[in-house]
Amino acid sequence: MRDLDAYRDADTVRGLAGRIAATVNRPWTLMEVCGGQTHAILGFGLDHLLPPSLSLIHGPGCPVCVTPVAIVDQAVALARRPAVTLCTFGDMLRVPGSEGDLLAARAAGGAVHMVYSPLDALDYARRQPDRQVVFFAVGFETTAPASALAVRQALRLGVDNFTLLVAHVRVPPALETLLAAPGNRVQGLLAAGHVCAVMGYEEYEPVAERFRTPIVVTGFEPVDILSGVLVCVEQLERGEYPVVNAYGRAVTRAGNRTARRLLEEVFRPVDRAWRGMGTIPAGGLELTPGFRRFDAIERFGTSVSPHVEPDRCHSGEVLTGRLDPRACPAFGRECTPEHPLGATMVSSEGACAAYYRYRHVQ
Amino acid sequence: MSSDPTFAPGCPLPAAGYALTVMAHGGGGRLMQQLLDRLIRPALDNPWLAQRHDAAVIECGGVRLAFTTDAYVVKPLFFPGGDIGKLAACGTLNDLAVAGARPLFLSAALVIEEGFPLADLKTVLTSLNAAARAAGTAVVTGDTKVVERGKGDGLYIATSGIGVIDHPQRIGPRAIRADDAVLVSGDLGRHGVAVLAAREGLGFETTVQSDCADLSALVMDLIAAGHELHCLRDLTRGGLAAALVELARDAGVDIEVDDAAIPVAPGVRAASGILGLDPLHLANEGRMVLFVPPAQADATLARLRGHPLGREAARIGVVRGGRGGVRSRSAYGTFRVIDLPSGEQLPRIC
Repeated sequence: MRDLDAYRDADTVRGLAGRIAATVNRPWTLMEVCGGQTHAILGFGLDHLLPPSLSLIHGPGCPVCVTPVAIVDQAVALARRPAVTLCTFGDMLRVPGSEGDLLAARAAGGAVHMVYSPLDALDYARRQPDRQVVFFAVGFETTAPASALAVRQALRLGVDNFTLLVAHVRVPPALETLLAAPGNRVQGLLAAGHVCAVMGYEEYEPVAERFRTPIVVTGFEPVDILSGVLVCVEQLERGEYPVVNAYGRAVTRAGNRTARRLLEEVFRPVDRAWRGMGTIPAGGLELTPGFRRFDAIERFGTSVSPHVEPDRCHSGEVLTGRLDPRACPAFGRECTPEHPLGATMVSSEGACAAYYRYRHVQ
Repeated sequence: MSSDPTFAPGCPLPAAGYALTVMAHGGGGRLMQQLLDRLIRPALDNPWLAQRHDAAVIECGGVRLAFTTDAYVVKPLFFPGGDIGKLAACGTLNDLAVAGARPLFLSAALVIEEGFPLADLKTVLTSLNAAARAAGTAVVTGDTKVVERGKGDGLYIATSGIGVIDHPQRIGPRAIRADDAVLVSGDLGRHGVAVLAAREGLGFETTVQSDCADLSALVMDLIAAGHELHCLRDLTRGGLAAALVELARDAGVDIEVDDAAIPVAPGVRAASGILGLDPLHLANEGRMVLFVPPAQADATLARLRGHPLGREAARIGVVRGGRGGVRSRSAYGTFRVIDLPSGEQLPRIC
């Protein structure tokens, strides 16, 4: 852990903040893509170390937050079926669907089981052959390889009581949608380091070129984040827009080839609705035909109608950086972590949750 | 969780939109606070409960007694550094200790699930007895019930304790003053990490042991040495964060802590980082926070560090006049709000 301490070192952080201040000559607006970065920025107060002309806005990189209500409703409906056990990550348990969250479904008698990995859900299915085990597969390219591995093992082992409710999403199409949106304010992007650890950053190069926007692969500790900010403002001040890797200790240009091959074998891109952002072309993943029989929707059918987001939740504007969570009329009033109107207030990576947790004074 | 229009404002149910109990109602966070404040305290309201301390202090024939009770539900029952028996003794002894009471007697009620191995029961009771005896007390009364298989997690234990306050200090939230120094008796989060790591399915190994320990000897030592103690609180579910938030609110003060001064063992910090948990929210079972007059803080810290249970003690912050908030100062000079966790700590996705 001496390693981790080095990436939080106070002198290094102050030094980087000084270099950023000395580099910035004009106002710039950067977006950190990942909710983990947002939480680190607010938790460590890194935004308060930056010059006033440099704004950070918080991106859509929280897989829980962008999962549409309709898919949460499907998970709740599956959990209520007597023969089904729904397995998912802890983060998903409190995300409100239109008729309650998964914790409430469990309290009402549904079988909901928290797991730490899709492989745990597969193990659970093998130990409970009389039950249909559905893994609610949420996450970016970071977690999708583990889901792919679980499905491939299920095929190899002939486990036929295991399926995925696939809600995996892809980052690059969402960034293109953001940058192409009318009124986009984002001038530079801090890309999510862990997504790039899997996928590499080749696929970001055409995006940076097309939108003339520098993209810097950035980590999650204070030193990592400020290093990413520094590289990004250096590019902006120079008028250049390359993709730069500022997280070299974890990321290579090609990423993790094994994980990428596995992803390509099991999943393929599909148009997917993102909560608050509408349908994003190729913004999600679906099982390839060879693995389609592990799709929970195929096996059980859809049982819920598409849901319209409540007007009071402005998570779409928050997720696209157009609204500061504190400026939302519901923030801290009708919308709190205990009574969330939307997932951005629930998830441990949601921007509203970050402001509520680190900045809100009741 | 949309709000249900059939429930008028001010109605105690449902807490935060839930009409049924959810696990987070027992998680030591804000949902649990709401359950206590809106349903449990109003239903049982009386002046002793209103002291809002870990143990109720009762005047009886000129003697001040402290009385407390606690139920122990832990999975797994055996974890690195202890078991449910040791936990059931130490937790109740600690609730007495932080009221400034010398423990006298304990009770224990056992709820045993059909099929639970008697050899395990014997091991647990041996631990319970050993911890009680080490504190100079004994389990003098109890009850045993057996429930059907599948209706309990092997074994639940509820213990109560009674102690005597044989000194004039009045230790509790009301005695907290502006400028008080805030100390912790040791490093944080060990119990939470040890139990998580021992749980099936987490798939990580750690050498972290639970901090499960009886603090009464440490508290009695401070009092005997003449240290003025304004308030003590043992840190359990919800961790240091929950204790500070509750005390700031109950005492009507602000509390400011220094992030870099809060002791967290490297193994705990590493596990927290991997799982996305905040060490300040992790459970402890043998640590307390102390509020003492500033002029005496260094002496109290030295006394704590001289005791086997206080070697990692640290001075972590200060009390300010204010409105009941808690904030922490980072090594970079920036501040963040410290708040209750919402419910259970849920490991994140990525």
